[in-house]
Amino acid sequence: MTDAAPLIEVQQVTRRYPLARQGLWEPRRSLTALDQVSMTVREGRTLGVVGESGSGKSTLTRCLLGLEPVDGGRILYRGADIAVHDAHGRRGHAARMQVVFQDPNASMNPRMTVHDIVAEGMVIHQRELGLDGPARTAQVLTLLGHVGLGRDHLHRYPHEMSGGQRQRVCIARALALKPECLILDEPTSALDVSVQAQVLNLLHEMQQAFGLTYVFVSHDLAVVRYLCDDVVVLRGGMVVEAGPTEQIFSTPQDGYTRALIAAMPELESCLR
Amino acid sequence: MPLLHIDNLHLAMRSYDGEAHVLNGVQLQVDKGEIWGLAGETGCGKSVTGLSVSRLVNTPPARYMQGRILFDGQDVLTLDERAMRRLRGRAISMIFQDPSTNLNPVLRVGEQIADVAFEIGRHAPQVLGLGPQTGLGERRRAAERLGVEMLERVGIPDAARRAHDYPHQFSGGMRQRVLIAMALVGQPRLLIADEPTTALDVTLQAQILRLLSDLVKRSDTAVLMITHNLGVVAQICSHVAVMYAGHVVESGRTREVLQSPRHPYTRALLAALPRPGLQRGQLANLAGRVPDLIHPPPGCRFAPRCARATAACTVATPPSVAVSDQHQVACVHLDEVPA
Amino acid sequence: MMTTLPLDTAELAQGASRARRDAWRRAFYRMRQSSLSIVGLVLVLLLLLVAAAGNSMAPFPDHITGSIDTAMRFKPPSWSNWMGTNELGQDVFSLVLGGARISLFAGLAVVLLAAAVGTIVGAFAGYLGGWTDEVLMRLADLKLTLPGLILAMAVAAALGAGTLNMVIAISLGWWPGFARLVRGEVLSRREEVYVLAARALGAGPVRILWRHILPNIVSPVIVKMSLDVGFAVLTVASLGFVGIGVKPPTPEWGQMLSTARGFLPDYWWTAIFPGAAIFLAVLSFNLLGDGLRDVLDPKSRR
Repeated sequence: MTDAAPLIEVQQVTRRYPLARQGLWEPRRSLTALDQVSMTVREGRTLGVVGESGSGKSTLTRCLLGLEPVDGGRILYRGADIAVHDAHGRRGHAARMQVVFQDPNASMNPRMTVHDIVAEGMVIHQRELGLDGPARTAQVLTLLGHVGLGRDHLHRYPHEMSGGQRQRVCIARALALKPECLILDEPTSALDVSVQAQVLNLLHEMQQAFGLTYVFVSHDLAVVRYLCDDVVVLRGGMVVEAGPTEQIFSTPQDGYTRALIAAMPELESCLR
Repeated sequence: MPLLHIDNLHLAMRSYDGEAHVLNGVQLQVDKGEIWGLAGETGCGKSVTGLSVSRLVNTPPARYMQGRILFDGQDVLTLDERAMRRLRGRAISMIFQDPSTNLNPVLRVGEQIADVAFEIGRHAPQVLGLGPQTGLGERRRAAERLGVEMLERVGIPDAARRAHDYPHQFSGGMRQRVLIAMALVGQPRLLIADEPTTALDVTLQAQILRLLSDLVKRSDTAVLMITHNLGVVAQICSHVAVMYAGHVVESGRTREVLQSPRHPYTRALLAALPRPGLQRGQLANLAGRVPDLIHPPPGCRFAPRCARATAACTVATPPSVAVSDQHQVACVHLDEVPA
Repeated sequence: MMTTLPLDTAELAQGASRARRDAWRRAFYRMRQSSLSIVGLVLVLLLLLVAAAGNSMAPFPDHITGSIDTAMRFKPPSWSNWMGTNELGQDVFSLVLGGARISLFAGLAVVLLAAAVGTIVGAFAGYLGGWTDEVLMRLADLKLTLPGLILAMAVAAALGAGTLNMVIAISLGWWPGFARLVRGEVLSRREEVYVLAARALGAGPVRILWRHILPNIVSPVIVKMSLDVGFAVLTVASLGFVGIGVKPPTPEWGQMLSTARGFLPDYWWTAIFPGAAIFLAVLSFNLLGDGLRDVLDPKSRR
């Protein structure tokens, strides 16, 4: 398999959060969410980021999206540092890189209809896209069609739909700006098994149809193994292991990786 | 006689849009020493079933239409609240999902577990290792000692000192261990665990499940483990009951049910799990949605989504048929499916 | 799965309005379940009707504009004068109706002004944080240095008589309450996932506040607004009681109460009825506010 070109390069990225001072004269302590993290996302492939709570994966997501600055290192998108952008540049990054979050309930404004939720990106980027109302609505319908929803969902509110349908709307919203790369932050963790299968199939379909690059963040090793080409394991803000999926799963080097893989072996042996 | 026998339980729940027929003839038998997994997806009624055994479902808005819940031969649904309270903690114990909200944040951990032990000791002093006529002070001290002992048994290091700590000083996994200690302090005959590991990290999950498994094996406690995660079922459950829309569609020994599922829903569920070796984008898809419980479909509730459904399926809820010793399936089209 | 029929904008607009109507219908269903709030709503509507009808509803409209009738002084309640007459022979009932207009509109104006200013200040303070937050909130805290009524009296006296000045004076002490409420709500919504999603789409602070955060905090603000109208009316009456604000001969409840003090207990009707009117106004808005809170935030009921 030839090495696809790197789309995103994370180089020694560090991110710290200041903590409340313990005493007036104590130096201010900080929490290091990411500690010299490096990884490469190759174009057209799916990178799995495995980590539990406290591993720094949420912080990594926000830094990749440009929503948080980094305190050390840099993140390159097609060779260009994403950090030095002005407001215009930051919007440009939004058009290239989008996200689908874990909880479809929380990631949509409960007072907005499906139509407005999916169209929002186009409204924000009005200047660049130049689409008027009807054109946007047409695009919304097209996107809903891609994810398997129809016109009758157009004016529904999030709470009127099931978990699987909500997540599809989130996927449609993420695709609206025609991004090159999609960050999927535990997109199926909050869904039932049967619905998870539908959404995973859909994600694969979208990747094939639009040539997308995926960064798939999850703690579910079975899904990561199934869907990802390469894997990075995060623990306590540091990368403990990285490599092609099969290599990581067949010959894990790090003790933590081995513990993760060993956590739920029984089901697999039952199914085989 | 089985320790727990849920016999044709029907439950309706009053809601905004009408009355939902949440439990549709649940049938389940648990013997002592068995660890039963009650598995299913959102809305299948597994949590309500577990809560019903401990009579923790509020009636109204719920209403038991039919059926019995026999614990040790006694119908729990007919007991008054006082009798029920005596059973809880002592004979039937529960662990809930989120350890961070189930402990009182302003009381020390040792105090909380001693409270439980003390209360149980009122009617069953032998739990505390005491005779029937003991003073309050001595009982309280015995309760505190027992509390520390339980904390040790669930693997909390330095238990005597840690008993003086508050819940926020414990990590999530530690808190769940404390809750397990509280649930087992009364030496219950039946432990109902409602998604006890869902809120925990994967590595912690395995540890907690192993702990539970060790503890109940030693005391021959029966367990009803409510979960949506088949991995958890495979890990520690000796038996499993798969629920769909308020009915147990398949039950039996875990290995048998997971390796040779006979009900179309169980098969679809297992086929939907991502496995190595599967082609991407080819996960078996279960079309359709969970039925509306306010206006449920007639007969088998899975029929609208089932590839094998015929007119015979809509006549009545299919009875459970035994396909082997302990393996029961509620489907009328069993013969068509190879074992 | 996707339909290929051409877009019918009328059809889409219909769908949108149907969705909105359903939301309203559900809200009113919840309100019907609380009888007190219905009472509050009815009373408030009555008060507003009376206020809007102006002088036309009064049996003696010219008394409202200042004419007196010395022959009819201090007549007790009767069929011709339901609430009796005052020291100038004016019909108390007509004066109470006339006073309703001033009191209610002044109360509403105060709350609207305070809510508008407070929301803007609180929203930016909460969302932007840092120095903006510190500066704006210290500005709001200035109000703590003086009790609201004293502040209102001082400012109104400084600005001079007149209803508009009075409204401004009272609002000056009222907006910090809204600012603090809105700031707290914005702080708690700021980290919501849907806000993060909007930022990922490229939205800036103004869009996020206007489209995502403010619509979701409308409920507590509306509840506070309706509860506050009652107290604003009370404050207007208090100012009128000490002689600040509304210029005579325009009737004002507080002012009427003040004048009537000297005639108690013999001519009790000159005091009881204006007082009852104040009480009724405050009560109705309180009931309405409680009802609205039940409707808009059903979780708080239990």
